[in-house]
Amino acid sequence: MDLKDKLVSSFMAFENTVDVNHPVHEVRSEAIKNFETLGFPSKKMESWKYTSLKSILKPQLSVFPKKETSLDYKDVKQYFIHEIESYKIVFVDGVYSSHLSETSHEGLDVCLMSAALSKPKYRLLIENYFNKIAVKDGLTSLNTAFSKEGAFINIPRGVVVEKPIQILHFTTGVESSLLTQPRNLVVVGENAHVQIIERHQSLTDNPTFTNCVTEIFANKRGIVDYYKIQNDRDEASLIDNTYISQQRNSHVSVHTFSLGGKLTRNNLQFFQKGEYLDSTLKGVTITDKKQHVDHSTLVHHAQPNCESHQDYKGIYADKSTGVFNGQIIVEKEAQKTNGFQQSNNILLDDTATINAKPQLEIFADDVRCSHGCTIGQLDDEALLYLRSRGIPKKEATALLMFGFANNVLESVKIPQLKQRITKLIASKLGVNLGFDL
Amino acid sequence: MAGNTETDMLKIKNLHASVEGKEILKGINLEVNPGEVHAIMGPNGSGKSTLASVIAGNEDFEVTDGTIELEGEELNELAPEERAHQGVFLSFQYPVEIPGVTVTNFMKTAINETRKARGLEEMPANEMLKKIREKSELLEIDRKFLSRSLNEGFSGGEKKRNEIFQMAMMEPKLAILDETDSGLDIDALKVVANGVNRLKTPQNATIVITHYQRLLDYIVPDHVHVLLNGKIVKSGGKELALELEEKGYDWIKQEAAV
Repeated sequence: MDLKDKLVSSFMAFENTVDVNHPVHEVRSEAIKNFETLGFPSKKMESWKYTSLKSILKPQLSVFPKKETSLDYKDVKQYFIHEIESYKIVFVDGVYSSHLSETSHEGLDVCLMSAALSKPKYRLLIENYFNKIAVKDGLTSLNTAFSKEGAFINIPRGVVVEKPIQILHFTTGVESSLLTQPRNLVVVGENAHVQIIERHQSLTDNPTFTNCVTEIFANKRGIVDYYKIQNDRDEASLIDNTYISQQRNSHVSVHTFSLGGKLTRNNLQFFQKGEYLDSTLKGVTITDKKQHVDHSTLVHHAQPNCESHQDYKGIYADKSTGVFNGQIIVEKEAQKTNGFQQSNNILLDDTATINAKPQLEIFADDVRCSHGCTIGQLDDEALLYLRSRGIPKKEATALLMFGFANNVLESVKIPQLKQRITKLIASKLGVNLGFDL
Repeated sequence: MAGNTETDMLKIKNLHASVEGKEILKGINLEVNPGEVHAIMGPNGSGKSTLASVIAGNEDFEVTDGTIELEGEELNELAPEERAHQGVFLSFQYPVEIPGVTVTNFMKTAINETRKARGLEEMPANEMLKKIREKSELLEIDRKFLSRSLNEGFSGGEKKRNEIFQMAMMEPKLAILDETDSGLDIDALKVVANGVNRLKTPQNATIVITHYQRLLDYIVPDHVHVLLNGKIVKSGGKELALELEEKGYDWIKQEAAV
């Protein structure tokens, strides 16, 4: 039996573990049918032309953890931004870990999708938001069908959340063939403000596969800053589907730092639903060995007077591959749109590959859209300049890379997070630079 | 080890260097002692900048013959960073713009990597800040300038002042100033020259490479050498620079041809 058939037939067993009378279950049933029809994406599809899932879609993958594993905080502390006060929502093999978490219901909800799906007081929120902007492709449908657990964040109108919220998904590998499918929902009320840091972390050398879906809703004048740290182990693969809906005057930014992992595909899609709002998409990607990182972004400008800013920096070494597929759609109504897209890439070796494809579809006539894509090598003259000041080649190379990525790093608004990412990058590059950016 | 380690700072013997198979330096001999300032002059294309690049270790040039020694130690096989660790500093004719790396972070890294190579601890942060402040004042560099990306959007004069600021920070044994006067107005020239003069000690040496005599009014050389077609064809005192200013290079060319 292939993986698709196996997953479809697992759905019946899955139904025994959830409340089938909840309205969401209808959504799940629809979704499994959809997945059955669509299946997994293949390279024949235009949007998956450069990314093949073949190597990670193993038939032995299972959606049910065989046993629960618990972790000690001291063993996983390094994966938290522990230098700051924060809320924490932590999962181990897809199961909520209460002792690692710090949730809240005081003036806001920082809790679990399972709670949101079971408690009557959240029913209206779920009806209004759950699966309302997630695109109904094969992978997202698969996630929706098995959606049960993940982070649920509800920030009421006017609440400025003082502490960032960290979402951590650990995979332990006790279950080596587990497919985890977290489902996160973030609802940010009018004038509310929240910062979220999300990380998927495998703790095993066994292959792991995560197919995550996050829906984010920013209401009028809401502000959301979302940071994704992708620094997973060599055998960990991640499909990260993030769908964002924005209302008038809201500001949403998503930063994605892709340093580790075997195969990472980011489907990041913004849907603009009001005027005078802006969407920011930034990323730093540094890969080596046989890593593959794919950023497929979409900004859908559907209303007038909105902005979008995309800035992705990629550095590829060894036999690694990068993909940047940036789609901007400007609808006929979306006059005075200001859309900016930049993708700069450095190939360190002849064997590394980048596929970059800006895709602008503009139906309005009074817009400003600019896009720039560069692919190059490190500047030898710059390298010589730094070396002639006593900086060894490896450190000089790293310094140039930091300089290259700096535009994105400096827009991280949480200083401790910026520091951590700087350290992760330095460690990826094998250097110890004596300064903080 | 060859060379007179008692007195020689730099000793270049029969240096030949080529780029892409074309020979540019055709047998340079030069000795520079501690405390001295040497000027190397010559028309465009005579090999002045190549000489500077070869001493600093630019790998685009191939040394085909001869040796370069600093305090009796041969530099030929050393990487550019290793030469910097030994105390060689090149002020670039065209300093490179490095976006995203601030002047301060660049200097911190350069100083600490050099200290590391010399087996020293990193410089304490407060000491580093103090030094940066002192040296930037010497070059009349605004504090705001230090948090800008290295050379990015700097004017020609700012770039050159920044080079000398780096020299002040690195405290080299041998500084080579490659056309440091080009692109400078007279005020900036005075600031740069004053900086170079203030950094002079009996223990270090300076090589000033220039096309014009103007800079030498402010940085007075002990020796002047004329480079022509890859060779030093004439050496003399500071008056040689004045003679060149007055008469141009043609008479030297004729003299050399004889």
